[in-house]
Amino acid sequence: MQASAVEIRNVNKFYGPFQALKDVDLSVPAGKVTCLIGPSGSGKSTLLRCINFLEEYDSGEIRIDGRLIGYDAPGRKMSGRALREMRRSIGMVFQQFNLWPHMSARENVAEGLIRVRGLSKTEAGARAAEALAKVGLADKMDNHPSRLSGGQQQRVAIARAIAMEPRLMLFDEPTSALDPELVGEVLTVMKTLAAEGMTMVVVTHEMGFAAHVADRVAFMERGELVAADTPDRILHQPQDPRIQSFLRTYHERNSF
Amino acid sequence: MFSIPVFLESLVPLFWAARFTLLISVGGIALGLVIGTLVCAAGLSPSRALRNFAALWVSFLRGVPLLVQLLVFYYSLPLIGLDVPAMVAAIVTVGICASAYISEIWRGAINALPRGQAEAAVAIGMAPTDVWRRVILPQAVTMSLPALINELILLVKASSLVSVVGILEITRASQAQAATTFRPLEVYLAAACIYLVINLCLAALGRWLEHRTAV
Repeated sequence: MQASAVEIRNVNKFYGPFQALKDVDLSVPAGKVTCLIGPSGSGKSTLLRCINFLEEYDSGEIRIDGRLIGYDAPGRKMSGRALREMRRSIGMVFQQFNLWPHMSARENVAEGLIRVRGLSKTEAGARAAEALAKVGLADKMDNHPSRLSGGQQQRVAIARAIAMEPRLMLFDEPTSALDPELVGEVLTVMKTLAAEGMTMVVVTHEMGFAAHVADRVAFMERGELVAADTPDRILHQPQDPRIQSFLRTYHERNSF
Repeated sequence: MFSIPVFLESLVPLFWAARFTLLISVGGIALGLVIGTLVCAAGLSPSRALRNFAALWVSFLRGVPLLVQLLVFYYSLPLIGLDVPAMVAAIVTVGICASAYISEIWRGAINALPRGQAEAAVAIGMAPTDVWRRVILPQAVTMSLPALINELILLVKASSLVSVVGILEITRASQAQAATTFRPLEVYLAAACIYLVINLCLAALGRWLEHRTAV
Protein backbone atom coordinates (compact mmCIF):
# COMPACT_ATOMS: atom_id res chain seq x y z
CA MET A 1 0.00 0.00 0.00
CA GLN A 2 1.51 3.27 -1.18
CA ALA A 3 1.46 6.20 1.26
CA SER A 4 -0.64 9.11 0.04
CA ALA A 5 0.87 12.57 0.05
CA VAL A 6 -2.45 14.20 -0.74
CA GLU A 7 -5.86 12.75 0.07
CA ILE A 8 -8.81 14.51 -1.52
CA ARG A 9 -12.22 13.38 -0.23
CA ASN A 10 -15.66 14.57 -1.38
CA VAL A 11 -14.44 18.04 -2.27
CA ASN A 12 -17.04 20.52 -3.52
CA LYS A 13 -16.46 24.04 -4.69
CA PHE A 14 -19.03 26.62 -5.77
CA TYR A 15 -18.72 29.96 -7.51
CA GLY A 16 -22.14 31.36 -6.67
CA PRO A 17 -24.62 28.91 -8.18
CA PHE A 18 -21.95 27.32 -10.40
CA GLN A 19 -20.44 24.14 -9.05
CA ALA A 20 -16.79 23.99 -10.10
CA LEU A 21 -15.94 20.77 -8.23
CA LYS A 22 -18.39 17.94 -7.61
CA ASP A 23 -17.59 15.38 -4.91
CA VAL A 24 -14.02 14.99 -6.06
CA ASP A 25 -12.01 12.08 -4.61
CA LEU A 26 -8.35 11.60 -5.45
CA SER A 27 -5.30 10.11 -3.78
CA VAL A 28 -1.91 11.41 -4.78
CA PRO A 29 0.77 8.82 -3.98
CA ALA A 30 4.00 10.10 -2.42
CA GLY A 31 7.03 10.26 -4.66
CA LYS A 32 4.97 9.87 -7.82
CA VAL A 33 3.73 12.11 -10.62
CA THR A 34 -0.01 12.57 -10.95
CA CYS A 35 -1.28 14.38 -14.04
CA LEU A 36 -4.68 16.06 -14.16
CA ILE A 37 -6.09 16.23 -17.67
CA GLY A 38 -9.40 17.20 -19.20
CA PRO A 39 -11.07 19.93 -21.26
CA SER A 40 -10.72 23.59 -20.24
CA GLY A 41 -13.17 24.58 -17.58
CA SER A 42 -13.32 21.03 -16.23
CA GLY A 43 -12.03 22.11 -12.82
CA LYS A 44 -8.44 20.78 -13.04
CA SER A 45 -6.82 24.08 -12.09
CA THR A 46 -9.44 24.76 -9.44
CA LEU A 47 -8.74 21.38 -7.85
CA LEU A 48 -4.98 21.99 -7.98
CA ARG A 49 -5.42 25.42 -6.36
CA CYS A 50 -7.53 23.87 -3.63
CA ILE A 51 -4.61 21.63 -2.66
CA ASN A 52 -2.64 24.62 -1.30
CA PHE A 53 -5.85 26.47 -0.46
CA LEU A 54 -5.21 29.33 -2.91
CA GLU A 55 -8.80 28.47 -3.77
CA GLU A 56 -11.07 27.68 -0.82
CA TYR A 57 -13.07 24.50 -1.18
CA ASP A 58 -16.51 24.60 0.38
CA SER A 59 -16.90 21.07 1.69
CA GLY A 60 -15.00 17.83 1.85
CA GLU A 61 -11.42 17.30 2.97
CA ILE A 62 -7.98 17.76 1.52
CA ARG A 63 -5.20 16.27 3.63
CA ILE A 64 -1.51 16.88 3.00
CA ASP A 65 0.54 14.12 4.66
CA GLY A 66 -2.49 13.43 6.81
CA ARG A 67 -3.07 17.04 7.88
CA LEU A 68 -6.24 18.86 6.84
CA ILE A 69 -5.45 22.04 4.90
CA GLY A 70 -7.48 25.23 5.17
CA TYR A 71 -9.73 24.19 8.04
CA ASP A 72 -9.23 23.25 11.68
CA ALA A 73 -12.56 21.49 11.63
CA PRO A 74 -15.34 21.40 9.05
CA GLY A 75 -16.52 24.98 8.51
CA ARG A 76 -13.85 26.50 10.76
CA LYS A 77 -10.96 28.05 8.83
CA MET A 78 -7.47 27.57 10.09
CA SER A 79 -5.37 30.58 11.13
CA GLY A 80 -3.31 32.42 8.55
CA ARG A 81 -0.16 31.40 10.37
CA ALA A 82 -1.01 27.69 10.32
CA LEU A 83 -1.95 27.89 6.65
CA ARG A 84 1.33 29.64 5.78
CA GLU A 85 3.25 26.98 7.62
CA MET A 86 1.58 24.27 5.55
CA ARG A 87 2.15 26.17 2.31
CA ARG A 88 5.88 26.35 3.02
CA SER A 89 6.27 22.73 2.10
CA ILE A 90 4.06 22.92 -1.03
CA GLY A 91 5.72 24.40 -4.10
CA MET A 92 3.61 25.86 -6.88
CA VAL A 93 4.40 26.70 -10.48
CA PHE A 94 1.94 28.83 -12.44
CA GLN A 95 0.95 29.02 -16.07
CA GLN A 96 2.00 32.68 -16.26
CA PHE A 97 5.24 32.08 -14.27
CA ASN A 98 4.39 34.96 -11.90
CA LEU A 99 8.01 35.93 -11.37
CA TRP A 100 8.44 39.26 -9.61
CA PRO A 101 9.65 41.63 -12.34
CA HIS A 102 11.45 44.03 -9.99
CA MET A 103 13.83 41.31 -8.78
CA SER A 104 16.61 39.40 -10.55
CA ALA A 105 16.28 35.65 -11.07
CA ARG A 106 18.40 35.05 -7.99
CA GLU A 107 16.42 37.52 -5.87
CA ASN A 108 13.19 35.87 -6.99
CA VAL A 109 14.45 32.54 -5.69
CA ALA A 110 16.06 33.97 -2.53
CA GLU A 111 13.05 36.06 -1.46
CA GLY A 112 11.04 33.18 0.01
CA LEU A 113 14.12 31.75 1.73
CA ILE A 114 14.70 35.10 3.43
CA ARG A 115 11.11 36.06 4.31
CA VAL A 116 9.62 32.63 4.95
CA ARG A 117 12.50 30.40 5.97
CA GLY A 118 14.35 33.19 7.77
CA LEU A 119 17.72 32.56 6.12
CA SER A 120 20.35 35.28 5.97
CA LYS A 121 20.78 37.09 2.67
CA THR A 122 24.11 35.37 2.02
CA GLU A 123 22.80 31.91 2.80
CA ALA A 124 19.64 32.52 0.74
CA GLY A 125 21.70 33.83 -2.16
CA ALA A 126 23.87 30.72 -2.12
CA ARG A 127 20.85 28.39 -2.00
CA ALA A 128 19.22 30.39 -4.80
CA ALA A 129 22.33 29.98 -6.92
CA GLU A 130 22.24 26.20 -6.34
CA ALA A 131 18.57 25.98 -7.29
CA LEU A 132 19.14 28.03 -10.44
CA ALA A 133 22.13 25.89 -11.40
CA LYS A 134 19.91 22.86 -11.03
CA VAL A 135 17.46 24.19 -13.63
CA GLY A 136 20.36 25.09 -15.92
CA LEU A 137 20.34 28.84 -15.36
CA ALA A 138 23.61 29.35 -13.49
CA ASP A 139 24.64 31.94 -16.08
CA LYS A 140 21.38 33.92 -15.95
CA MET A 141 21.17 34.50 -12.20
CA ASP A 142 21.48 38.27 -12.33
CA ASN A 143 19.02 38.78 -15.16
CA HIS A 144 15.64 40.27 -14.47
CA PRO A 145 12.65 38.29 -15.78
CA SER A 146 12.15 40.72 -18.67
CA ARG A 147 15.56 39.64 -19.97
CA LEU A 148 14.67 35.94 -19.96
CA SER A 149 12.73 33.81 -22.43
CA GLY A 150 9.45 32.24 -21.35
CA GLY A 151 11.11 28.87 -20.88
CA GLN A 152 13.87 30.42 -18.78
CA GLN A 153 11.31 32.33 -16.70
CA GLN A 154 9.39 29.15 -16.00
CA ARG A 155 12.60 27.40 -14.97
CA VAL A 156 13.33 30.27 -12.54
CA ALA A 157 9.81 29.79 -11.18
CA ILE A 158 10.53 26.08 -10.67
CA ALA A 159 13.82 26.97 -8.96
CA ARG A 160 11.93 29.41 -6.72
CA ALA A 161 9.63 26.58 -5.65
CA ILE A 162 12.25 23.85 -5.17
CA ALA A 163 14.62 26.14 -3.24
CA MET A 164 12.04 26.03 -0.44
CA GLU A 165 12.58 22.25 -0.29
CA PRO A 166 8.93 21.34 -0.65
CA ARG A 167 7.54 17.85 -0.10
CA LEU A 168 4.97 18.38 -2.82
CA MET A 169 5.02 20.35 -6.07
CA LEU A 170 1.93 21.64 -7.87
CA PHE A 171 2.16 22.63 -11.54
CA ASP A 172 -0.69 24.59 -13.10
CA GLU A 173 -0.36 24.20 -16.89
CA PRO A 174 3.36 25.03 -16.69
CA THR A 175 3.94 24.93 -20.45
CA SER A 176 0.67 26.40 -21.77
CA ALA A 177 1.99 29.95 -22.04
CA LEU A 178 5.19 28.92 -23.80
CA ASP A 179 6.16 29.00 -27.45
CA PRO A 180 6.27 25.39 -28.68
CA GLU A 181 10.05 25.35 -29.04
CA LEU A 182 10.47 26.31 -25.36
CA VAL A 183 8.20 23.60 -23.92
CA GLY A 184 10.92 20.95 -24.00
CA GLU A 185 13.36 22.67 -21.65
CA VAL A 186 10.67 23.05 -18.98
CA LEU A 187 9.47 19.45 -19.33
CA THR A 188 13.08 18.25 -19.03
CA VAL A 189 13.45 20.02 -15.69
CA MET A 190 10.16 18.50 -14.54
CA LYS A 191 11.28 15.02 -15.59
CA THR A 192 14.47 15.43 -13.56
CA LEU A 193 12.41 16.37 -10.52
CA ALA A 194 10.15 13.39 -11.07
CA ALA A 195 13.15 11.07 -11.37
CA GLU A 196 14.41 12.35 -8.00
CA GLY A 197 11.19 11.17 -6.41
CA MET A 198 9.41 14.50 -5.94
CA THR A 199 5.67 14.16 -5.37
CA MET A 200 4.12 16.14 -8.22
CA VAL A 201 0.60 17.06 -9.27
CA VAL A 202 0.59 18.46 -12.79
CA VAL A 203 -2.33 20.03 -14.62
CA THR A 204 -1.34 19.70 -18.24
CA HIS A 205 -2.39 19.58 -21.85
CA GLU A 206 0.87 17.80 -22.73
CA MET A 207 -0.43 14.27 -23.29
CA GLY A 208 3.08 13.12 -24.16
CA PHE A 209 4.30 14.19 -20.72
CA ALA A 210 1.31 12.51 -19.07
CA ALA A 211 1.93 9.30 -21.03
CA HIS A 212 5.65 9.07 -20.40
CA VAL A 213 6.26 10.68 -17.03
CA ALA A 214 3.06 10.33 -15.01
CA ASP A 215 2.51 7.40 -12.69
CA ARG A 216 -1.17 8.22 -12.50
CA VAL A 217 -3.46 10.20 -14.75
CA ALA A 218 -6.74 11.66 -13.56
CA PHE A 219 -9.35 12.82 -16.05
CA MET A 220 -11.78 15.58 -15.11
CA GLU A 221 -14.86 16.90 -16.85
CA ARG A 222 -17.45 19.46 -15.71
CA GLY A 223 -16.10 19.49 -12.17
CA GLU A 224 -16.19 15.71 -11.82
CA LEU A 225 -13.25 13.41 -11.49
CA VAL A 226 -14.20 10.81 -14.09
CA ALA A 227 -11.34 8.37 -13.64
CA ALA A 228 -7.87 8.09 -12.15
CA ASP A 229 -5.64 5.25 -13.23
CA THR A 230 -2.34 4.38 -14.91
CA PRO A 231 -1.46 6.51 -17.94
CA ASP A 232 -1.87 3.47 -20.14
CA ARG A 233 -5.40 2.71 -19.03
CA ILE A 234 -6.52 6.35 -19.26
CA LEU A 235 -4.71 7.36 -22.44
CA HIS A 236 -4.56 4.15 -24.44
CA GLN A 237 -7.47 2.04 -23.26
CA PRO A 238 -10.01 4.55 -21.97
CA GLN A 239 -13.32 2.97 -20.95
CA ASP A 240 -15.32 6.11 -20.33
CA PRO A 241 -16.84 7.67 -23.48
CA ARG A 242 -16.03 11.15 -22.14
CA ILE A 243 -12.33 10.33 -22.07
CA GLN A 244 -12.53 8.72 -25.51
CA SER A 245 -14.16 11.80 -26.95
CA PHE A 246 -11.62 14.14 -25.28
CA LEU A 247 -8.71 12.13 -26.69
CA ARG A 248 -10.29 11.98 -30.13
CA THR A 249 -10.52 15.77 -30.19
CA TYR A 250 -6.93 16.01 -28.93
CA HIS A 251 -5.62 13.69 -31.64
CA GLU A 252 -7.57 15.46 -34.38
CA ARG A 253 -6.22 18.84 -33.30
CA ASN A 254 -2.67 17.57 -33.20
CA SER A 255 -2.64 15.73 -36.50
CA PHE A 256 -1.91 17.33 -39.80
CA MET B 1 7.07 98.13 -26.31
CA PHE B 2 8.20 95.00 -24.49
CA SER B 3 10.91 95.93 -22.03
CA ILE B 4 13.55 93.29 -21.46
CA PRO B 5 15.07 95.05 -18.39
CA VAL B 6 11.64 95.10 -16.68
CA PHE B 7 11.18 91.43 -17.51
CA LEU B 8 14.56 90.55 -16.04
CA GLU B 9 14.01 92.71 -12.97
CA SER B 10 10.70 91.05 -12.18
CA LEU B 11 12.36 87.63 -12.20
CA VAL B 12 14.18 88.31 -8.93
CA PRO B 13 11.24 88.96 -6.58
CA LEU B 14 9.20 86.28 -8.32
CA PHE B 15 11.97 83.72 -7.78
CA TRP B 16 11.84 84.72 -4.13
CA ALA B 17 8.08 84.18 -4.11
CA ALA B 18 8.58 80.77 -5.71
CA ARG B 19 9.67 79.39 -2.34
CA PHE B 20 6.06 79.62 -1.17
CA THR B 21 4.84 77.95 -4.34
CA LEU B 22 7.30 75.12 -3.76
CA LEU B 23 6.50 74.89 -0.06
CA ILE B 24 2.79 74.56 -0.78
CA SER B 25 3.26 72.06 -3.61
CA VAL B 26 5.80 69.87 -1.87
CA GLY B 27 4.00 70.11 1.48
CA GLY B 28 0.73 69.39 -0.30
CA ILE B 29 2.03 66.34 -2.13
CA ALA B 30 3.70 65.00 1.04
CA LEU B 31 0.50 65.36 3.03
CA GLY B 32 -1.48 64.07 0.07
CA LEU B 33 0.71 60.97 -0.12
CA VAL B 34 0.18 60.18 3.56
CA ILE B 35 -3.59 60.76 3.53
CA GLY B 36 -4.01 59.30 0.04
CA THR B 37 -2.25 56.08 1.05
CA LEU B 38 -4.51 55.74 4.09
CA VAL B 39 -7.61 56.44 2.01
CA CYS B 40 -6.49 53.91 -0.59
CA ALA B 41 -5.90 51.31 2.15
CA ALA B 42 -9.38 52.08 3.49
CA GLY B 43 -10.81 51.65 0.01
CA LEU B 44 -9.20 48.22 -0.38
CA SER B 45 -10.02 47.02 3.14
CA PRO B 46 -12.54 44.26 3.82
CA SER B 47 -14.62 46.63 5.97
CA ARG B 48 -17.62 48.02 4.12
CA ALA B 49 -17.72 51.14 6.34
CA LEU B 50 -14.10 51.99 5.52
CA ARG B 51 -14.69 51.39 1.81
CA ASN B 52 -17.72 53.69 1.83
CA PHE B 53 -15.76 56.35 3.68
CA ALA B 54 -12.97 56.18 1.08
CA ALA B 55 -15.46 56.40 -1.78
CA LEU B 56 -17.13 59.46 -0.23
CA TRP B 57 -13.79 61.12 0.47
CA VAL B 58 -12.63 60.69 -3.11
CA SER B 59 -15.86 61.70 -4.79
CA PHE B 60 -16.41 64.77 -2.58
CA LEU B 61 -12.87 66.11 -2.90
CA ARG B 62 -12.66 65.42 -6.60
CA GLY B 63 -16.07 66.95 -7.17
CA VAL B 64 -15.44 70.37 -5.62
CA PRO B 65 -12.97 72.83 -7.20
CA LEU B 66 -9.80 73.42 -5.17
CA LEU B 67 -10.50 77.16 -5.12
CA VAL B 68 -13.87 76.61 -3.46
CA GLN B 69 -12.36 74.08 -1.04
CA LEU B 70 -9.71 76.63 -0.08
CA LEU B 71 -12.25 79.35 0.60
CA VAL B 72 -14.58 77.08 2.53
CA PHE B 73 -11.74 75.68 4.62
CA TYR B 74 -10.15 79.07 5.21
CA TYR B 75 -13.35 80.77 6.31
CA SER B 76 -14.63 77.87 8.35
CA LEU B 77 -11.55 77.65 10.56
CA PRO B 78 -12.35 80.76 12.65
CA LEU B 79 -15.87 79.40 13.19
CA ILE B 80 -14.48 76.44 15.09
CA GLY B 81 -12.13 78.73 16.97
CA LEU B 82 -8.97 77.78 15.09
CA ASP B 83 -6.55 80.54 14.22
CA VAL B 84 -4.05 78.93 11.89
CA PRO B 85 -1.66 80.78 9.60
CA ALA B 86 -2.85 81.08 6.00
CA MET B 87 0.15 79.00 4.90
CA VAL B 88 -0.86 76.05 7.07
CA ALA B 89 -4.46 76.26 5.90
CA ALA B 90 -3.24 76.33 2.30
CA ILE B 91 -0.95 73.30 2.65
CA VAL B 92 -3.61 71.30 4.47
CA THR B 93 -6.28 72.08 1.87
CA VAL B 94 -3.99 71.34 -1.06
CA GLY B 95 -2.83 68.14 0.65
CA ILE B 96 -6.36 66.94 1.35
CA CYS B 97 -7.42 67.69 -2.19
CA ALA B 98 -4.37 65.88 -3.60
CA SER B 99 -5.04 62.86 -1.34
CA ALA B 100 -8.19 62.06 -3.33
CA TYR B 101 -6.27 61.90 -6.59
CA ILE B 102 -3.29 60.09 -5.07
CA SER B 103 -5.47 57.41 -3.51
CA GLU B 104 -6.97 56.78 -6.94
CA ILE B 105 -3.47 56.62 -8.48
CA TRP B 106 -2.47 53.94 -5.93
CA ARG B 107 -5.72 52.04 -6.39
CA GLY B 108 -5.27 51.99 -10.16
CA ALA B 109 -1.69 50.72 -9.91
CA ILE B 110 -2.52 48.05 -7.33
CA ASN B 111 -5.50 46.83 -9.34
CA ALA B 112 -3.41 46.76 -12.50
CA LEU B 113 -0.98 44.27 -10.95
CA PRO B 114 -1.71 40.73 -12.13
CA ARG B 115 -3.27 38.67 -9.33
CA GLY B 116 -0.58 36.06 -9.85
CA GLN B 117 2.07 38.39 -8.44
CA ALA B 118 0.63 38.19 -4.95
CA GLU B 119 -0.45 34.58 -5.40
CA ALA B 120 3.11 33.46 -6.07
CA ALA B 121 4.15 35.03 -2.76
CA VAL B 122 1.17 33.62 -0.85
CA ALA B 123 1.84 30.16 -2.31
CA ILE B 124 5.33 29.96 -0.80
CA GLY B 125 3.93 30.97 2.58
CA MET B 126 4.77 34.67 2.72
CA ALA B 127 2.96 36.72 5.36
CA PRO B 128 0.57 39.44 4.13
CA THR B 129 2.83 42.28 5.32
CA ASP B 130 5.72 40.85 3.30
CA VAL B 131 3.50 40.32 0.27
CA TRP B 132 2.61 44.03 0.36
CA ARG B 133 6.05 45.31 1.29
CA ARG B 134 8.12 43.16 -1.03
CA VAL B 135 5.86 42.34 -3.98
CA ILE B 136 2.89 44.68 -4.40
CA LEU B 137 4.06 48.11 -3.24
CA PRO B 138 7.43 48.24 -5.03
CA GLN B 139 5.68 47.51 -8.31
CA ALA B 140 2.77 49.85 -7.57
CA VAL B 141 5.19 52.70 -6.80
CA THR B 142 7.08 52.17 -10.05
CA MET B 143 3.85 52.06 -12.03
CA SER B 144 2.50 55.17 -10.28
CA LEU B 145 5.55 57.37 -10.74
CA PRO B 146 4.45 59.08 -13.98
CA ALA B 147 1.01 59.79 -12.53
CA LEU B 148 2.47 61.05 -9.24
CA ILE B 149 4.87 63.43 -11.00
CA ASN B 150 1.90 64.58 -13.06
CA GLU B 151 0.00 65.26 -9.85
CA LEU B 152 2.95 67.20 -8.39
CA ILE B 153 3.14 69.40 -11.50
CA LEU B 154 -0.60 69.99 -11.31
CA LEU B 155 -0.16 71.03 -7.68
CA VAL B 156 2.56 73.55 -8.54
CA LYS B 157 0.12 75.18 -10.93
CA ALA B 158 -2.86 74.79 -8.62
CA SER B 159 -0.88 76.51 -5.85
CA SER B 160 -1.52 79.78 -7.71
CA LEU B 161 -5.05 79.50 -6.31
CA VAL B 162 -3.85 80.02 -2.74
CA SER B 163 -3.19 83.63 -3.68
CA VAL B 164 -6.85 84.15 -2.74
CA VAL B 165 -6.03 83.56 0.93
CA GLY B 166 -3.26 86.13 0.79
CA ILE B 167 -0.13 84.06 0.37
CA LEU B 168 2.51 85.84 -1.64
CA GLU B 169 3.39 82.99 -3.97
CA ILE B 170 4.41 83.49 -7.60
CA THR B 171 1.00 84.47 -8.95
CA ARG B 172 0.06 86.82 -6.12
CA ALA B 173 3.56 88.35 -6.20
CA SER B 174 3.31 88.98 -9.91
CA GLN B 175 -0.09 90.62 -9.49
CA ALA B 176 1.42 92.99 -6.93
CA GLN B 177 4.42 93.60 -9.17
CA ALA B 178 2.25 94.29 -12.20
CA ALA B 179 0.21 96.79 -10.21
CA THR B 180 3.25 98.79 -9.12
CA THR B 181 5.24 98.69 -12.36
CA PHE B 182 2.29 99.01 -14.78
CA ARG B 183 4.10 96.47 -16.96
CA PRO B 184 1.79 93.42 -16.70
CA LEU B 185 3.04 91.65 -19.80
CA GLU B 186 6.68 91.58 -18.71
CA VAL B 187 5.79 90.59 -15.15
CA TYR B 188 3.36 87.79 -16.06
CA LEU B 189 5.72 86.49 -18.69
CA ALA B 190 8.42 86.34 -16.02
CA ALA B 191 5.98 84.43 -13.79
CA ALA B 192 5.23 82.03 -16.64
CA CYS B 193 8.95 81.41 -17.13
CA ILE B 194 9.44 80.60 -13.46
CA TYR B 195 6.53 78.13 -13.41
CA LEU B 196 7.90 76.56 -16.55
CA VAL B 197 11.40 76.16 -15.11
CA ILE B 198 10.03 74.58 -11.91
CA ASN B 199 7.87 72.13 -13.82
CA LEU B 200 10.56 71.22 -16.33
CA CYS B 201 12.81 70.40 -13.37
CA LEU B 202 10.08 68.24 -11.82
CA ALA B 203 9.52 66.45 -15.11
CA ALA B 204 13.26 65.76 -15.36
CA LEU B 205 13.27 64.50 -11.78
CA GLY B 206 10.39 62.21 -12.71
CA ARG B 207 12.20 60.82 -15.71
CA TRP B 208 15.29 60.21 -13.61
CA LEU B 209 13.27 58.37 -10.96
CA GLU B 210 11.50 56.30 -13.61
CA HIS B 211 14.80 55.41 -15.18
CA ARG B 212 16.25 54.42 -11.82
CA THR B 213 13.34 52.19 -10.90
CA ALA B 214 12.89 50.70 -14.37
CA VAL B 215 13.02 46.92 -14.47
